[in-house]
Amino acid sequence: MFMQPAQATSGQIFVDYARDRVAVVAVVVLCLILSVAVFAPVVSPQNPYNLAQLDILDSKLAPGAKASAGFTYWLGSDEQGRDMYSAILYGLRTSLAVGAVSTLVALALGMAIGLISAYAGGWLDSLLMRLVDLQLSFPSILIALVLLAVVGQGVDKIVIALILVQWAYYARTVRGAALVEKRKEYVDAARVMAFSNPRIVFRHILPNVLPPLIVVATVQIAHAIALEATLSFLGLGMPITEPSLGLLISNGFAHLLSGRYWISFFPGVALLITIVAINLVGDRLRDVLNPRLASHYGA
Amino acid sequence: MSKIVGSRISDHGSRIAAAALGGWLATAGAAELRIGLSADVTTMDPHFVAAQPNLTAQHHVFEPLLHVDERGRPVPVLATWRNPDPLTWEFTLRKGVKFHDGAELTTEDVAFSLERPFTIKGSPGGFTMYVRPIVAREIVDRYTIRLKTAAPYGAIPQDLAEVMIVSKRIAQGASSADFDSGKAAVGTGPYKLVRFARGSRIELARHDPYWGGKLPWDKVTLTILPSDPVRTAALLSGELDAIEHVPTADLARLKKNPNLRLAQAVSWRTIFLHVDQSRDRPPGVLSRAGKPLDRNPLKDVRVRRALSKAINRQAIAERVMEGLARPAASVVSPSVFGHDPALKPEPYDPDGAKKLLAEAGYPDGFGLTIATPNNRYINDEQVAQTVAQMLARVGIATKVEAMPLSVYFGRARNKEFGVALLGWGSLAADLALRSLAATANPDKGYGAWNWGGHSNPKLDQLVERSLGTVDPTQREALAREAAALAAAGVAFIPLHYQVVTWAMKNTLSYQARTDEFTFAHHFKPR
Amino acid sequence: MLAFALRRLLQSIAVLFVMSALVFAGVYAIGNPVDILINPQADQAEIARATAALGLDQPLWRQYWSFIAGAFAGDLGRSFAANVPAVPLILERMPATLELAVAAMVIAVALGIPLGLVAGLRPGSWAGKAIMAGSILGFSLPTFWVGLMLIMVFSVYLGWLPPTGRGETLMVLGVPVSFLSWDGLLHLFMPALNLALFQLSLLIRLTRAGTREALAQDYVRFARAKGLSMERVLRVHVLKNILIPVVTVTGLEFGSLIAFAIVTETIFAWPGMGKLLIDSINVLDRPVIVAYLLIVVLLFVLINLVVDLVYTALDPRVRLARREV
Repeated sequence: MFMQPAQATSGQIFVDYARDRVAVVAVVVLCLILSVAVFAPVVSPQNPYNLAQLDILDSKLAPGAKASAGFTYWLGSDEQGRDMYSAILYGLRTSLAVGAVSTLVALALGMAIGLISAYAGGWLDSLLMRLVDLQLSFPSILIALVLLAVVGQGVDKIVIALILVQWAYYARTVRGAALVEKRKEYVDAARVMAFSNPRIVFRHILPNVLPPLIVVATVQIAHAIALEATLSFLGLGMPITEPSLGLLISNGFAHLLSGRYWISFFPGVALLITIVAINLVGDRLRDVLNPRLASHYGA
Repeated sequence: MSKIVGSRISDHGSRIAAAALGGWLATAGAAELRIGLSADVTTMDPHFVAAQPNLTAQHHVFEPLLHVDERGRPVPVLATWRNPDPLTWEFTLRKGVKFHDGAELTTEDVAFSLERPFTIKGSPGGFTMYVRPIVAREIVDRYTIRLKTAAPYGAIPQDLAEVMIVSKRIAQGASSADFDSGKAAVGTGPYKLVRFARGSRIELARHDPYWGGKLPWDKVTLTILPSDPVRTAALLSGELDAIEHVPTADLARLKKNPNLRLAQAVSWRTIFLHVDQSRDRPPGVLSRAGKPLDRNPLKDVRVRRALSKAINRQAIAERVMEGLARPAASVVSPSVFGHDPALKPEPYDPDGAKKLLAEAGYPDGFGLTIATPNNRYINDEQVAQTVAQMLARVGIATKVEAMPLSVYFGRARNKEFGVALLGWGSLAADLALRSLAATANPDKGYGAWNWGGHSNPKLDQLVERSLGTVDPTQREALAREAAALAAAGVAFIPLHYQVVTWAMKNTLSYQARTDEFTFAHHFKPR
Repeated sequence: MLAFALRRLLQSIAVLFVMSALVFAGVYAIGNPVDILINPQADQAEIARATAALGLDQPLWRQYWSFIAGAFAGDLGRSFAANVPAVPLILERMPATLELAVAAMVIAVALGIPLGLVAGLRPGSWAGKAIMAGSILGFSLPTFWVGLMLIMVFSVYLGWLPPTGRGETLMVLGVPVSFLSWDGLLHLFMPALNLALFQLSLLIRLTRAGTREALAQDYVRFARAKGLSMERVLRVHVLKNILIPVVTVTGLEFGSLIAFAIVTETIFAWPGMGKLLIDSINVLDRPVIVAYLLIVVLLFVLINLVVDLVYTALDPRVRLARREV
């Protein structure tokens, strides 16, 4: 009765979402990308991580050339004889995994800290928020840069760096949203009914702060992927033997003027499509989950 | 034009004339040369840190007593030299050499300059080691100075080629900042420092009373562009007249461009692998399954030779380096004093490699990790990956660990790598071997970069004798012998000699230098 | 107001102090600068001499102690590579970075707000859709990739703009600036546009969202129903509604502009302090890295303070102690 403010059911959200054709296409594309990334070892002709499978004599071949191993380099090969098509699939995998894992962990961490902060208030709140301030007073790229310069390269390290640069956004967003909810009547009512603190937080506040968070997180995955690419470009990201999309692009950076466009062009296109798809989905979700806008505009 | 009557020159005509005149003035009157450098210049103080990018800029303003020519052989600059006895180096200055402030160069300035590296506080330096062998400086007259060493030391010319001569009157008490501001940057070099914009560019103006004659460029701008494609783009767009260190990837495109031309030379720098042959369990050397081995296979010279045979150096030179490399036979590049032309690169022989591995007791190979920097040498991490591919083909499961130089050298010095890629450029074979192959001995200063722990008393002795020989002919023979011995023992696995390339407008020419230096005063109009 | 500013200032000093320890410990854990800076031919004695000369033979706590002692005297150490004090070295580069960031911000605001208004007022029109598509691209394209493409197209193929560098600078109050000369402007345009792209997209979306939200408010619908002109509705209600988030974001994003300038400066060889940082990381010039980070933190603290104050001035309802962005 007083527990839930007006909120759309998941069915309604689905219908609302589907009204935008572009957003539907984006979801389809995203699913496609996810599945090829997951099944990369099955659908790619070569394992680009295994140096023994590469042949230097096949290096820098243009798209459509035949490999000595028999398959065709549909998207060309890089300077090690790595099949760009396989490398992109594996790279997608790495990029998406790095983006998603770091965002989810950061989301969970930030959510916990934000809720605790909002609900506890007092000195704990100010301490945690000062910590958030401290964190946010540094631009994300700087923290990641310094951290990676200290700990070195590697998938695990880049994930840690991306978690570290993201959690504070969520903590602050959750705390803000939770504070607004906390002042609302239904929470007061719950408190009057002497519900336990965790119950109030998880049953009453969380469901109401979650929708904006999901939107933020969707878009953040795209940011995390882009940030990883940028760090790789600056030479601080993934090791070359396990290329992410960002690293593939920056590898091709050297070939940009030489006419071997495919080494950085195709990974760039893959990165672009992935990020655009994620952003479109995130945008649409935000529109749909924002009930006020939806009720007025419907589209 | 000759038929113009009276003074009525048409407006149109005069504009054309003015434009033509302007164009002529721009080319002939105020000739400017704009060069793109590949690395940052941190200071104009020539005695603070011995880094090649800094020296490149400083060579325009200052000069050493002697330097090397484009083939790496010592040539007189400010002085000629002779050895009255093996402990004495007598330098006779060129007469009438003028500093930028008009004062004449004297031996007082030389004595001061050879002392100055010791006096700079907080210097990571590198210059002190060049002047430390000199135990006494004896000024004979205004133009003659005698330098004494405690023991015979043949590498004095190579060492002093690195030490710039500054003006005593001006540099006395000057800080590094005074050199940067130009106040103390007063040398005898062909160009005067106009402005040092740190991280951006260095502006120079011609020093007209230069002893070497009049130079074609009134103004020189050295622009710092470490990013390879950006440097190429700046040349293609016409913003620059010439660039150094042409990236391998852009070579083909620049070659095809009719408005540009290239200058190339085999560099003094050799790229090679250090292999750990001293420890029982070097990091990264494991069984194929990743388990520790009971002994270090790299201690066996047959295994080291097998690794060498498994590498197709020609393919690396052609494919990875796009022709900007030559297969290497030793760590002494062809232009370096003490290079032995009789040494040939190990031919590519995968079957021979497998046979040797089987002989040594590793018919199924083993596992290896090659460590490499990823921002130091031309295509460094690509080269390491290609080597890994090739080793994999003879049964050695090879991984590559690439990292930035800032982390790499520290970890290498901590002995964290079993196999590590390194590039080396020395002006003489004995100098290179002293650092790379001689048994580590802090007291003598030997083996400071001997990461592999190679140790051969006979080699140590030869290096010591070579360095202690003042006569260049005898010294070169000893140095060659030492290099051949290191190669016979497979002290390291040489990969290739780098080829260094400059690209410039086709109205210019440059004498490509093996030591990779870019000097504006060596660019000539064609 | 004053008490608030004072409290924030005290907090900021504490933040700086904590940061100095963290940054110092972090940076001093990386590699060994002597290995990078030393002459390759150096022997062991020379390496030991250089280590001592840089003070790196001391234990970490002692190095930190002398750093803090120096910091109170305004000295954050000397650059290992350049042999000049780190603070002036960075401050010398700061105008270039600030100019680039301000130029980017100007581009972002000057284009972002009008485009966002159009997209918000006519979300269904082709213009609105095109603007949103563009903003999604702007969000999605990695900065370094765009920078490269800009150089390729405008410098190499078209030859319209100089690819790199800062160009001619003129002195204004002792500070070199490039926006006053044509040559300087030409050099400034591409990097500034490159840097602005993300913030431009952000502002478009922010303005569009704010506009749509304002138009959906009952009082705005009432005002329009009452027959107020669209122009007045826009000026009075919509702009007021979007002003606060725009100012906040502009202020906060100015900090990230300075940080992301690292990438732009690297590509365009813009001689700012971001490029100095990358160079310093590459040669492990620890004093410069630490000093850079501390100066940037200080800059950020100041920016946040200013944003807070402006925010309060714009919307008195906001309680100062508890900012929720």
